[in-house]
Amino acid sequence: MSVISRGFRGRGRDGDVKLPPGQYLEHGFPVLQAGPTPPVNTATWTFTITTENGDSTRWDWKQFTALPAEAITTDIHCVTQWSKLGTKWRGVSLDTLLDGIETNAGYVMARSYGGYTTNMPLPDLRDGKAWIAYEYDGRPLHPEHGGPARLLVPHLYFWKSAKWVTGLDLMLRDRQGFWEQLGYHDYGDPWREQRYQGD
Amino acid sequence: MARTAVSGRLSWLVATVKETRDETATARTLTLDVPGWPGHLAGQHVTAKLTAEDGYSTQRDYSIASAPEPDRFEVTVQRLADGEVSPYLTGVAGPGDQLEVRGPIGGWFAWHAADPRPLLLLAGGSGVVPLMSMIRTHAQVNSQVPVRLIYSARTPADVMYQSELSERVRVSPLSVSYLYTRTPGGHRLDAAALAEVAFSPRENPAIFVCGPSGFVEAASGLLVAAGHAPGSVRTERFGPS
Repeated sequence: MSVISRGFRGRGRDGDVKLPPGQYLEHGFPVLQAGPTPPVNTATWTFTITTENGDSTRWDWKQFTALPAEAITTDIHCVTQWSKLGTKWRGVSLDTLLDGIETNAGYVMARSYGGYTTNMPLPDLRDGKAWIAYEYDGRPLHPEHGGPARLLVPHLYFWKSAKWVTGLDLMLRDRQGFWEQLGYHDYGDPWREQRYQGD
Repeated sequence: MARTAVSGRLSWLVATVKETRDETATARTLTLDVPGWPGHLAGQHVTAKLTAEDGYSTQRDYSIASAPEPDRFEVTVQRLADGEVSPYLTGVAGPGDQLEVRGPIGGWFAWHAADPRPLLLLAGGSGVVPLMSMIRTHAQVNSQVPVRLIYSARTPADVMYQSELSERVRVSPLSVSYLYTRTPGGHRLDAAALAEVAFSPRENPAIFVCGPSGFVEAASGLLVAAGHAPGSVRTERFGPS
């Protein structure tokens, strides 16, 4: 059933741009955030990957930014319906960070400064699909957008790209993160419009 | 009646415009009749889907302005000059017109009426809308916790719900402080204005901040600097930063 809103014309129908269902094109960069922006200092910043056995691998800012970095150009899709095309980032591939870490985990909980968490399958972070990004549009990543470093998993809704990320916990079983416990989808594929639990 | 988290699939419901009323020259409230609507928590929002006659459709999120009730709610929509949906909702849609909605959405930026803490609300512009739902819900349940609203608007003409707020201040444990950012002698929220009006951290208020990203960033920074625990400050932002 489709309900017509009488007199509504809209202006989308931009044939050149293919957006996921229910998304509209945004040229600014809105912020989705549950609370105040936490102060994160690169002098004390660390990023830690912890396996299901409790083994952890840690980088400080100097070690992290010395890793090989990649330029990424990608579309991003927020669950609040906006999509932004061709965003430019620089960051370290999760393939680089996970290299040499032995695990049987199938899932990941990303943890952030400020306490935010989000979950996703580990394979979604491999094979060139995810990064820890620290530059946006050629500049250090602004705190409002997750700086100094955020997870970047652009093939999932953007809340999965945890801002102010400080670690990944590798998990044998899936657990729900912050927004997921509040009803947002465990996976969050924009092309299947998986916004909320049950979608 | 209301849910904190979304459970099961959120289905699209048909909403029929019952009535509209202008809040300012650029903002309009729409009362929607929505059979099957379960009610909501104050602060939650809804996704609206509009479909044109040729089948083109688009979705937007809007905050709910009313206190919860089954089968009906109100949204207040601020018209954006370059908007695709807001000009329709604020200028074209009238009684009897239909759209689809699903929700309620968002269990974090939500006030639970049983919360015993004082309630501190900071609004920037149309960010007052979900906070108005909290004020109306507070009155609906006859809550006696004190509520303080700090409402930053461009000019007095941009203030929504002004007469209702004045009346509620008279009959409820509610105070409202206005800040005008675009009037002579007006100013933005700062530490002094906050200290004058806000509850102190010792009073352990529940705090909700809603507005454009710049306002929310500034306000939440001031709150944390004033000693409020970051975890007690819940934010909702709109617009590009």
